[in-house]
Amino acid sequence: MQKLQGIAVSPGVAIGEALVMDNEGFRIPRRFLARDAVENELDRLSLAFNAAAGEIEHNRDAVSRELGKEYAAIFEAHLQMLRDPRLRGELEQMVRERHYSPEYAVSRTLRRYAKVFQSLDSGYMAERANDIFDIEKRLLRNLLGRRREQISNLTSPVLVLAHNLTPSETANLDRRFVRGFVTETGGAGSHTAIVAEGLEIPAVVGTGPFLTDVSGGDVVIIDGDQGLVILHPDEETIARYRHEVEQRRTMAARLESLRDLPAETQDGVRVQLDGNIEFPHEVRHCLERGADGIGLYRTEFLYLGADVEPDEEAHFNAYAEVVQAMGGRPVVIRTLDLGADKLSSPGLDIERNPFLGLRSIRISLRNTELFRTQLRAILRASALGDVRVMFPLISTMLELRQAKMVLADVMEDLEEHGRPFNRELKIGMMVEVPSVVIMIDQFVEEVDFLSIGTNDLIQYTLAVDRSNKDVASLYTASDPAILKLIELSVQAAGRRGIPVNLCGQMSGNPLYTMLLLGLGLRQMSVPPSAIPEIKKICRSVTIAQCEAVAARARRLEHARDVKRYLKEELKQVLPELVG
Amino acid sequence: MMASRTVVVTNPQGLHARPADLFVKLATRFASKVELVKGQERVDGKSILAILTLAAVAGTRLSIEVDGPDAEQALDALAKLIEQNFAEEENHPS
Repeated sequence: MQKLQGIAVSPGVAIGEALVMDNEGFRIPRRFLARDAVENELDRLSLAFNAAAGEIEHNRDAVSRELGKEYAAIFEAHLQMLRDPRLRGELEQMVRERHYSPEYAVSRTLRRYAKVFQSLDSGYMAERANDIFDIEKRLLRNLLGRRREQISNLTSPVLVLAHNLTPSETANLDRRFVRGFVTETGGAGSHTAIVAEGLEIPAVVGTGPFLTDVSGGDVVIIDGDQGLVILHPDEETIARYRHEVEQRRTMAARLESLRDLPAETQDGVRVQLDGNIEFPHEVRHCLERGADGIGLYRTEFLYLGADVEPDEEAHFNAYAEVVQAMGGRPVVIRTLDLGADKLSSPGLDIERNPFLGLRSIRISLRNTELFRTQLRAILRASALGDVRVMFPLISTMLELRQAKMVLADVMEDLEEHGRPFNRELKIGMMVEVPSVVIMIDQFVEEVDFLSIGTNDLIQYTLAVDRSNKDVASLYTASDPAILKLIELSVQAAGRRGIPVNLCGQMSGNPLYTMLLLGLGLRQMSVPPSAIPEIKKICRSVTIAQCEAVAARARRLEHARDVKRYLKEELKQVLPELVG
Repeated sequence: MMASRTVVVTNPQGLHARPADLFVKLATRFASKVELVKGQERVDGKSILAILTLAAVAGTRLSIEVDGPDAEQALDALAKLIEQNFAEEENHPS
């Protein structure tokens, strides 16, 4: 059993078979054989060895001819590894006695050797591990042959383990069968995190290297609450986690009874509880939990996974589907928020400091054709329901004015063409850069609503890159400075009489609900899966009680004291929600 | 019959992939069982993967142990191979 600690980015627990995606994305189709298939499978293994040896000989001869015999020596060594009687013996024994499929036996055995080499002193043999991976791939390619299964073609549930899932890789996965994600790199807010949240499956990122220790088909546990990944779990651990999965199911069933009840405090204050979504199909998750609206509709998915820029119709169809499904309830569509962690756009130079670089609204304002296409589609969708538009990452008044100008221009254009849209479309902005909070009194004059994006607000305020493991612990929503910025924003919006929402990860964490209500927030947008819990808290407290919590928290100096205190308070109200 | 001899790996790369390959190629030409011993570790001298796990860097003291009908010749040939730093002579059996 091997435990890995990573960053928890999407909650839940999953137990299942691993799908290991390395550079070639090999998939081991099955782990065990029927007893009577053993002889056939051994023949297949033997054929694969012969074919692999033939390939290596071919390479050896070609290199030898072109560069000289010395350069071909490594292929001789590879051939020798393939011919290794011990390796062959181990593989045949696994197939014969443990009924492992040849693919699984090859992957497991060779990865075990690679691990031994990697662990040897002084890195002396470490590069031999690469030889082993090379042989593993060669054998797998030959074994799987034409039957090599595409990752897009899953037939049974898997947990996806990868170095770093690119947007196109996630786009190609058959999501119906994906039960969890683990990536070696990445941080909170990475693409994997957002996709996992959207699918409501557990995900852990930033575990550091481990893929060489695991084979496709191995049983793995992902604990998305603790950020733990357990390889080769023992029986006791599996039993413990199965029990936990069962308990969650019971808890979820209990919370489901709240679906048709409003998020209303004990003293009768109504809280608007919205859902955050990325993909149109997530509307269902929101409706099932009785969301009051969509507080954040991320639109990046339209740009990811596709090779061509989405056209207006692609935008419109995606928006129309959500707006119609929400049937008159508000849908806040956020314009393109790409850049930095979410996409390295081709054609853009590698940025030295991407979070401070060309991203989000800055890309839209720089590339107005792309921006206008999206705005046209949003406006057209506004004829179908209560659509609102929101600009991300505004940092200066000039940016906000420019964005509004482009919008006004597109409106005029639509009008000329007689296309229907809502003239009174509500325009909002994200509060996620400290400069905006400093100047908040000016901004509230220019918009119809605010939405606080805590994920970026925290990283820009505390100057912490949450995907950098060395400083990630400094990244916390409990910091007094963050609480202060939220309070200032809520107060300014209140003075101006415009609504303010909070849609970062903070709002979906039960720990902060009482505090946020106490700071005056009456609207929260959370991942759909968090709606029942947050609603339960709203329905269990009074505003006076929350204000007392906020007053006390305000007096604390350190983030960890705030967190500890909030935990105590939550424990008194709803002990079952405190992990 | 059984025979053994202690040798020191002197080529700068140690018992790396190519030298290990040459060692196995030579060992498999003999009918005798060949084992390499480094401290507490004992591995099959006809398995390249096993030999590589020894991580025998330059300066490592290894004992070659041979058991079988052609043990003497095998031991001579294998010890010579290591002592002569795996000089690229025609060791190829084919």
